Amino acid sequence: MTEFLMAPFVGAFFAAAIYLILSRSVIRMLLGITILGNGVNLLIFIMGRVSPEVPPIVPAGALRPSELAANPLPQALILTAIVIGFALFTFLLVLGYRAYQELDADNTDNMRLAEPKNAPRPPMSY
Amino acid sequence: METSHNLSDSPGELPAAMLETATAAGDWILILPVIIALMAGALLLVLRHSRGYQSGFAILAVLAIIIVEIDLFWRVLETGPLAMTMGNWLPPFGITFVADLMGAGFALAASVVTLVVLVFFQAEIVPREQRHGFYPLVLLLLAGVTGAFLTGDLFNLYVWFEVMLISSFGLMIIGGRKIQLDGAVKYGFLNFLATTFFLVGLGYIYGLTGTLNMADISLVVPAADAGAMTAIAALFLLAFGMKAAAFPVNAWLPASYHTPDAAVSALFAGLLTKVGVYALLRIMIALLPASRDILDPVLTAIAVSTLLIAPLGALAQTNLRRALGFLVIGGIGAVFAGMALPTIVGVAGAIFYAFHSILTMSALYLVAGLIERVTQATDTRHMGGVYAASSPISIMFLILIFGAAGLPPFLGFWPKLLLAQGAIENSDWLILFAVLANSILTSIAGTRLWAHIFWRPGREGKFSEQKNDQLRRLSPLEKWAAQGSAIALVGIIVLVGLFPNLVFTSAGISAQDLLSTQRYIDAVGIEVTP
Repeated sequence: MTEFLMAPFVGAFFAAAIYLILSRSVIRMLLGITILGNGVNLLIFIMGRVSPEVPPIVPAGALRPSELAANPLPQALILTAIVIGFALFTFLLVLGYRAYQELDADNTDNMRLAEPKNAPRPPMSY
Repeated sequence: METSHNLSDSPGELPAAMLETATAAGDWILILPVIIALMAGALLLVLRHSRGYQSGFAILAVLAIIIVEIDLFWRVLETGPLAMTMGNWLPPFGITFVADLMGAGFALAASVVTLVVLVFFQAEIVPREQRHGFYPLVLLLLAGVTGAFLTGDLFNLYVWFEVMLISSFGLMIIGGRKIQLDGAVKYGFLNFLATTFFLVGLGYIYGLTGTLNMADISLVVPAADAGAMTAIAALFLLAFGMKAAAFPVNAWLPASYHTPDAAVSALFAGLLTKVGVYALLRIMIALLPASRDILDPVLTAIAVSTLLIAPLGALAQTNLRRALGFLVIGGIGAVFAGMALPTIVGVAGAIFYAFHSILTMSALYLVAGLIERVTQATDTRHMGGVYAASSPISIMFLILIFGAAGLPPFLGFWPKLLLAQGAIENSDWLILFAVLANSILTSIAGTRLWAHIFWRPGREGKFSEQKNDQLRRLSPLEKWAAQGSAIALVGIIVLVGLFPNLVFTSAGISAQDLLSTQRYIDAVGIEVTP
């Protein structure tokens, strides 16, 4: 049941993230990427089913954990995803800052070094 | 003590979860390429201050990886797919590594390209870049790519994608020129977004099937809800389509691949997009075949538009390496065409094309690097007269262009032949037309590049009939390291193109294994629960 209550939050995270990523400003795109990562982590958590707080430890004498035990796998997946996402976010943050310093642009519309704005026409010879 | 006692008392109650015996020593060959690359990368990071040894050590490590992978390839060719599950867990509990012929073949091609690029880089390196860890990054990139080709677990695939991504970020900005920062912003954001979409798909597929092991997924999926599975397949298509730079989501590739050094962009052109293509082949054809059938019109549309638009993009460019970026994208369209033709011939064509593309696209970028050195320009308008200055470069460029366009007898002809045959078998005339039109358009775009760079005596404009006075001669180091390694790679491509039997057989077996996953599942050793 809790899954259904939490699902709209995932939707809200995604909506906010996509809105921010569609922006031209690099710093907003970065915020969007972070929020998107959190939304995805929440999604994986919910997909592993939310259950009462029974730790997934096999009781003494039993062969398997109780049916109510929490699913430990999504937590392991999320932990991995958080670490990786944080590393990549940090890189992008520094990259964005360096780009701001070097290119003097936070607006992606002004980042036209690699793709010049008034590109020359293709050669007409041959 | 108590629980273990209970376990041995009632062996029938629970299925076995662990192997009791150790893995046979010979089977370690499966993870050896990844281990060598990771360990060598870590070691070089530690030894970053002893600069003299870095290049030699990295080249030795990649050589060792190539030897291991040749052995692995032969074993898989002789005995079928090979699998190993980490920590002696039985699948699907442990993380599985599986080498089937497609994965082993791609991994081998990737490491050959890496070796060539490392040798090429000897002529390019400046101390500043070495200090920033070029060699560890290349080895980690190779580890990520090889891991992605050999893993049998979807979440593990995500992890290898991220390993690959972070090292490619590092390589992209190494040197720190302004144009690289610009390219890296676009490359970084869009690729990170693509892997995040991949993670979303992973979350859903775990929630609906309860497993992330690829062999297990292909067993469970037929019983799962077809509509939900198709939505997941569409998510994967978006994520890996972005990674592979297929048409509507391709903009990051020509915006970034021309910004780093030529050797780095050769490495990227050979390896990165192909990993996306590999993951799509695996997921669409082996794991979610029913959803592939539903998405077939989408795949056809992507294939046809990518095949037709990419060479037109190349025609419109004046920057040499940007034009080549569009040719890379065109190759991705050919692989999508094979995915839209789900017969053995079509899928074999896609696999063969991806293999050809790993070698040919890297070689093209290396030759482009040589051209930029000779002409001291990056724009084809400022090039000209290279034919008189260096005939090896012009011959290599022409061979590679013909190969990329798919003209016989070069390597690119054979996969195009398979794709055309698959299209005729399926009576899919639209794809047949697109594959053939792509060949014509690519040869027009490529030969125009050749004409402007090599045939025209001088630069564009009023000097075009005079001798180009901006040309410089290659230094001896450039001649031996850079040009020599490019010649070696082109030589491999020509040889494989003239004797394509082994690749034909392997592509056929790989396609067979993708279309019917039984051998793969048997290798992983999943018990089918009734």
